[in-house]
Amino acid sequence: MTIEITSARDTAPATASVRRTAVASAPVGIVADIRNVFVRELMPVLRNPASVLFAMVQPLVFLALFAPLLPDTGTGSALQWFVPGIVSMTALMSASFTGANLSEEIISGSFERLLVSPVRRSALMIGKSLREMVPLVLQTLVIVVAVAPFAFDVHLAGIVGGILLLVPFSVGLGALSLALAVAAKDQAWVFWTVQQTAIFPLLLLAGVLLPLDGAPDWLQLMADLNPLHYIVDAERALFAGDYPVDTIAGGVTGSVVVGVLGLWVGVRAMNRAS
Amino acid sequence: MLTTLIAPTAGTAEVAGFDVTRDRAAVRRSIGYVGQGNAAGHQYRGRDELIGQARAHGLSRGDARARTEELLAAFDLTEHADRPVSQLSGGQRRRLDVAIGLVQEPAVLFLDEPSTGLDPQNRVNLQEQVRRLNAELGTTIVLTTHYLEEADALAGRVIVIDHGRVIADDTAAALKSALGDLVSLGFGSSADAHAAAARADRIPGAHVTVTDAGVTVRAPFGRDAAPGLVADLAAAGTPVTRMEVVGPTLDDVFLNLTGRSLRESKGEAA
Repeated sequence: MTIEITSARDTAPATASVRRTAVASAPVGIVADIRNVFVRELMPVLRNPASVLFAMVQPLVFLALFAPLLPDTGTGSALQWFVPGIVSMTALMSASFTGANLSEEIISGSFERLLVSPVRRSALMIGKSLREMVPLVLQTLVIVVAVAPFAFDVHLAGIVGGILLLVPFSVGLGALSLALAVAAKDQAWVFWTVQQTAIFPLLLLAGVLLPLDGAPDWLQLMADLNPLHYIVDAERALFAGDYPVDTIAGGVTGSVVVGVLGLWVGVRAMNRAS
Repeated sequence: MLTTLIAPTAGTAEVAGFDVTRDRAAVRRSIGYVGQGNAAGHQYRGRDELIGQARAHGLSRGDARARTEELLAAFDLTEHADRPVSQLSGGQRRRLDVAIGLVQEPAVLFLDEPSTGLDPQNRVNLQEQVRRLNAELGTTIVLTTHYLEEADALAGRVIVIDHGRVIADDTAAALKSALGDLVSLGFGSSADAHAAAARADRIPGAHVTVTDAGVTVRAPFGRDAAPGLVADLAAAGTPVTRMEVVGPTLDDVFLNLTGRSLRESKGEAA
């Protein structure tokens, strides 16, 4: 079967009466594509900044209630050890929430409109995931400012490096979260169940809350398979102002692996979305 | 499928001259799409969504803004542009959907059951917009609808698709006249009716059914043939006691076509 729909414009003369602005769709570069998605995703927050205030306070609450329980380790203060873990945890949480808003957009129809628009699938996912990093950056700043007066050394370059290290990880995990939302369609509970089930093993096996040093072999092995484990180790080094090549290379590898794998799965899921 | 949302399982299709599988990006640039849901996110503002869509189509920041204001004015949305979409009425949202679909002045606009859930006033407004777009900008409009009166009123070309196959493709007028008018005749007796049926069968293309003391004739140009038939029958001694002529609607055309195809598929199965 062949259906051909040709433009009537070839035959009918266009009258200029309705149009004043010259408009014609033109190809958009991938960077501009990502920026457009990023800006759109940020709009609800920009229009209603109060909505992120709560998110700003959350990690502080966690820090205030948990950090006092940790004993100082031989190598440094508990805070120095714990803060990079909290930043990584916040990245894990916010990236895995990326798909949460998508269910709403799938149900309302705006996601379908975006799929028909010229925006690249990959740009949709990267833009949406990067938007989830905006609160992360702000949260990190809030945490650092809050703990700076205590037993915590601020190494600005390390903190910036630590945030950059989380970018590929967040994009990849964000893409996986979006793929999950696409697969769950309008059944939000599927999304939440899978997301919650996946999050906690990743978190505990990364040594964010408790050190894994004394872990039995089987637990150690599972932690070694967790990319977040390498990222958290690298974050701790960076926040401490240390730059051991092997630890940082391990973190970068873990982050990039999650990034590439997540995007690959995500783009495939979106292409089969409808 | 034509909007690149679904890949075809077989066959090819071109939209505005671009192949829907090989040249998706070009198809997406060429088309406007108004789906069954809302184009604008409910947490967003109409103006922001329009600017965003314009930017996605590669318009400069200035052009995107100018185009947005034009569309807001054209669809009477300027005063609602800075409210969250979730607070707009159904009709306002629908107008915003169409405005978003028209951002880059597409060569082809897809409207997927656009009048579902609209009140009669908004439905008439929408039809007016569709007509104007087609007349003033020469936009090709592909409209899917379950309201066949709407297709009859708007479409220059009607395609009936049943189970994924095109079973009719013509103008609404041609489809209707091919099916023909329905002429119902009443007679004094069942014998008269049977005698009349034999005579009515001679009308070209007639499809005749006899019921008790009545005959129904479905024939192209049935209304033109009816007076002659009535006179013939009176002369033959089987006078018509009652007559009704009903012109075909697209609903009749649709039922006739899909009914036939249902029978055909049953025949294949048997």
